[in-house]
Amino acid sequence: MSINYFYPEFEVIRDKEKCVHCGLCVSECANQVHSYKADGKQLTVDDAKCVNCHRCVCVCPSRALQIRKSNHNFKYNANWSRRTIMEIYSQAETGGVLLSSMGNPKDMPVYWDKILINASQVTNPSIDPLREPMETKVFLGSKPTAIQRDGKGKIINNMPPHIALDVPILFSAMSYGSISLNAHASLANAAVELGTCYNAGEGGLHEDFYRYRDNTIIQVASGRFGVHKGYLEAGAAIEIKMGQGAKPGIGGHLPGNKIVGDVSKTRMIPEGSDAISPAPHHDIYSIEDLRQLVYSLKEATDYKKPIIVKVAAVHNIASIASGIARSGADIIALDGFRGGTGAAPTRIRDNVGIPIELALASVDERLRQEGIRGNVSLIAGGSLRNSADVVKAIALGADAVYIATSALIALGCHLCRGCHSGTCNWGIATQNPALIARLDPEEGKQRLVNLVSAWTHEIKEMMGGMGINSIEALTGNRLMLRGIGLNSKELEVLGIMHAGE
Amino acid sequence: MNINALATDFQELNKLIKSSVEEDLVINNCMGQRYLGCGLSAGKLKIYGVPGNALGAYLDGAAITVHGNAQDSIGDTMNEGTIYIHGSCGDTPGYAMRGGKIFIKGNAGYRAGIHMKSYQDKSPVLIIGGDAGSFLGEYQAGGRIVVLGLNSNSKCPVGYFCGTGMHGGKIYLRCKELPSSLPDQVNASLASKEDLQEIEADIELFCREFGLAKGGILDHPFYVLTPNTKNPYRQMYVHC
Repeated sequence: MSINYFYPEFEVIRDKEKCVHCGLCVSECANQVHSYKADGKQLTVDDAKCVNCHRCVCVCPSRALQIRKSNHNFKYNANWSRRTIMEIYSQAETGGVLLSSMGNPKDMPVYWDKILINASQVTNPSIDPLREPMETKVFLGSKPTAIQRDGKGKIINNMPPHIALDVPILFSAMSYGSISLNAHASLANAAVELGTCYNAGEGGLHEDFYRYRDNTIIQVASGRFGVHKGYLEAGAAIEIKMGQGAKPGIGGHLPGNKIVGDVSKTRMIPEGSDAISPAPHHDIYSIEDLRQLVYSLKEATDYKKPIIVKVAAVHNIASIASGIARSGADIIALDGFRGGTGAAPTRIRDNVGIPIELALASVDERLRQEGIRGNVSLIAGGSLRNSADVVKAIALGADAVYIATSALIALGCHLCRGCHSGTCNWGIATQNPALIARLDPEEGKQRLVNLVSAWTHEIKEMMGGMGINSIEALTGNRLMLRGIGLNSKELEVLGIMHAGE
Repeated sequence: MNINALATDFQELNKLIKSSVEEDLVINNCMGQRYLGCGLSAGKLKIYGVPGNALGAYLDGAAITVHGNAQDSIGDTMNEGTIYIHGSCGDTPGYAMRGGKIFIKGNAGYRAGIHMKSYQDKSPVLIIGGDAGSFLGEYQAGGRIVVLGLNSNSKCPVGYFCGTGMHGGKIYLRCKELPSSLPDQVNASLASKEDLQEIEADIELFCREFGLAKGGILDHPFYVLTPNTKNPYRQMYVHC
């Protein structure tokens, strides 16, 4: 009996009356929770293997299964929670760094939920989006500071390159390798239909995906996986990943056992070799160095693509963003600390960085104060869960938002946070062909299109309520927001008044 | 075509280079213009003077020769082609290069060949004639880095932290003594005949370009550093 043996966290409950012994639970669970007993007839479960992904529950034709959180626990202790104790056992056993997936699950303040949106009454009447045109198109990129004219007085087109989106929502970076080909195909096709962009992440671009050119953002990270001339030209924009919200200051590391077949081909590294993206770009130690990477990418693509610089929201984010806005970058993507879909060291994920709401507000404010807000567009990411979050983000200063977790949930993710296992029963975070086949890219695309269309409709309703008929008129329009239950410092950073004021 | 780069902005100069990609180009009076030959896939580019940072970044097949020194980040994320530097260069030459060859007659700064990779038939080569700075071949994942230490005053021609995080490829050091400390991820041994055969043709190219005798270079002990695992960080994590 080992010290760290503990009764399983979840119990799989089978209603024997309802069970029809179809065996679907056995074939559907890649974690091998369900199996037949030696007699080949009776079904049994191994609770210890269950990650609570609900796959068996969802496929069971007779609703005979449910998963419960086990009530077996340590003696109640407000300081030493079950999770805290189990983590110590685990580290004492292995000496390893704790790793987990899918964003920060801790009970951290969600400022979205403490912000309320305005609506018109009597004066400045609201607009009916069912009757009136409502513009949700956004253009992301740098805006020229002055109008230039030629000798004859005609206006010279000095507009830097932009990406035009029909909706202010983009799919955030998730690499092929961390998620499956079918998940990528769903995102790419949905982006095409929605008139927006998906982000291929730092794992290179699969050859089948070069055709989504105008709806693709490609990423250049410190490991430079799959980066070559053709790749740089394959997207509508290029994103330099300096950091990500789930793990600020930490690099990426896709283990060699996931570098197989097409993933190896797309990353352009041998099968079985670890894909290590170190924390820093080792050629970037300053804004001047960043400018060099920005311009080398612009030179390589003839100044035709906007360059996005993605950074994690950290303490000095306003100064950092001010530097980036002067580096020649066209767009800044801010990623808050509650976000993230990939694997991240648990301690970093849960303790490093700041919430996107505060980061976004302070960046927008600083760039305005310095008169350089027009140099860049802002994309906010890091846990935008619904259309109201999107509206609040835009009113706090974002031009558009990145979503990833919401998109994966639309594809079937049940947030079991077992992405690292490679046995994702929903066909998302896996490279196992049998599991990938469970995610139909056509259905996945449709679900994403439905989600974003529904959000867009809700956004239009909220805009109409505020008497705003163009989403661009909402950017940074903080008079449309009020805080509820926030202290004066929080209100000051957010740049909003309290409800009732 | 000859281009006088004196007082020419880097954007203008690059436009000129790109618009005449099929020709052999000579750039005179180069004075620190950045990104020259960025992503160039064909042709020959001869540069007299000192090109600025990120020379030949994302290079995709062109041949660049610099008659002078070069600055930082030459051949960043290079895929194919060759770069010859008849002098020394700054930091991070060959950052994440996946293919092609870089030959530096003199010394290189910090982090030479960092993140160098190989893939299928692509196996990049970086040869440094003199000394290399610290962090040589950090996170190397493939390809060959050779440091010859010609005219070097030190016993070993590399700085600190050579090969940290290395998980593929080979580093050749022409010296009788290994660096005073090597990271855990690296195995060191005297180069075998087979090891040296792997770099002989490239040493020949190096010598031909820079007018040196191949014999004098190869008749000397070499150490070879190789990673002791392809997965250096496999044991570091425990899932929760």
